[in-house]
Amino acid sequence: MKFTEYIKPNDLSDLHHMMEEYKGRSTVIAGGTNLIPEMRNGEKAPELLIDISDMAELSFIRENNGSIAIGAATTIAEMAASPILLDNSPILASAAKQLGNPLTRNRATLGGNLANASPCADTAPPLLALDASVEILSPGGKTRQVPLSKFFHGYKFTDLGKGEILTGISFPKPKDSTKGSHTKIGLRNAASICVASIAVALDMDGKTCRKARVAAGSVAPIPMRAFRVETLLEGKEINAALLEECMAVVKAEISPISDIRGSLEYRSHVTAMILKRNIKRALKQEI
Amino acid sequence: MKTYPVEINVNGEWQKAEVTARDTLLDILRDRFGAFEVKNGCAQGDCGACTVILNNKAVNACLTLALQANGKNVMTLKGVGTPDQPHPLQQSFVEHGAIQCGFCTPGMVVSAKALLDSNPEPTRNEIREGISGNLCRCTGYKKIVEAIEDASLKRGK
Repeated sequence: MKFTEYIKPNDLSDLHHMMEEYKGRSTVIAGGTNLIPEMRNGEKAPELLIDISDMAELSFIRENNGSIAIGAATTIAEMAASPILLDNSPILASAAKQLGNPLTRNRATLGGNLANASPCADTAPPLLALDASVEILSPGGKTRQVPLSKFFHGYKFTDLGKGEILTGISFPKPKDSTKGSHTKIGLRNAASICVASIAVALDMDGKTCRKARVAAGSVAPIPMRAFRVETLLEGKEINAALLEECMAVVKAEISPISDIRGSLEYRSHVTAMILKRNIKRALKQEI
Repeated sequence: MKTYPVEINVNGEWQKAEVTARDTLLDILRDRFGAFEVKNGCAQGDCGACTVILNNKAVNACLTLALQANGKNVMTLKGVGTPDQPHPLQQSFVEHGAIQCGFCTPGMVVSAKALLDSNPEPTRNEIREGISGNLCRCTGYKKIVEAIEDASLKRGK
């Protein structure tokens, strides 16, 4: 087996130099909760690890100018406990709180959860519902923004090019009129891998839905937006009949598989159920 | 094989080793530093038997590279307390019989220590949540939760 090299940038300018020097043959490691077991069982054999886990410049949760930004090396535990996220985007804090267990949350990072691009990435559905964009740093020092809804291309396949690094995400601070809710279904309460999840963010004008964002996890090759459900909700008064329609449409829009954690039929049924419950919970109304 | 020097403070003493980029903190704690109280259960972050406190945060030593612990403080079970001077948690585990085969115990105690450090009087649910990364194959959770609760109450007095 080939050996692996290791370098640790002190700051962003260090990181730029290293990305330039080792273009394409480096693998970023942050928390390592996915990568370390994959290296151990031989699934991955990186030539060179660039360790960003202690980079203060990539570890932050900030609110400014109506926008919320989170650095890629921010741990999931920091997100779950962040007053900024608990106040402004409880659906994201809730998803962070339900990822893995306290030990993995202390190591796992936001950037890793997204760049690993698993369909069950717990932070992805709320971030999709929040209209988040990913910030990507390319070798050469250029940065680009990609809407998260265009970041996931396929199963464990993202928009990240060779040598590029996901450095953070940002999303507009939700308005007071935006109502959110999130549910993750797992096989147990703790340390579970998501079987199906739904995150909704509904901007309401009285009883009418002005703008809808609906995202689902573990029911397609990628964490996905349910665009047809969003279209169905927008501009309408949300009532029981519309909710039934949403349930039918989301079942048609997702493409779940059967695996050790759940059957296709179960995932389809439970996704429709939690979609209905989350819309009702977001609006806090009995309909 | 390329190696790198690391210096890690284990329970108050700086230890040095030459490690590869793939060595985990678990590998070097056991194989180089003789910290056999850190158990190797699954080596993939599922069981929590290798739980240590790394710069005040409870983590799986198997999911941390040795190089990622370079220059940092690591507390293992032996740093929590010793047979001569047991931590109230360790005393409480003994009094409550919260130990069956004992393999999960070091990780359980270390997770409980991290929990009580950040939340001195947790509710039963918070205790269950706090040790949710630690599996007990004997399924002796009830007594473990009671032991942690009792230690927190005694410490609060």
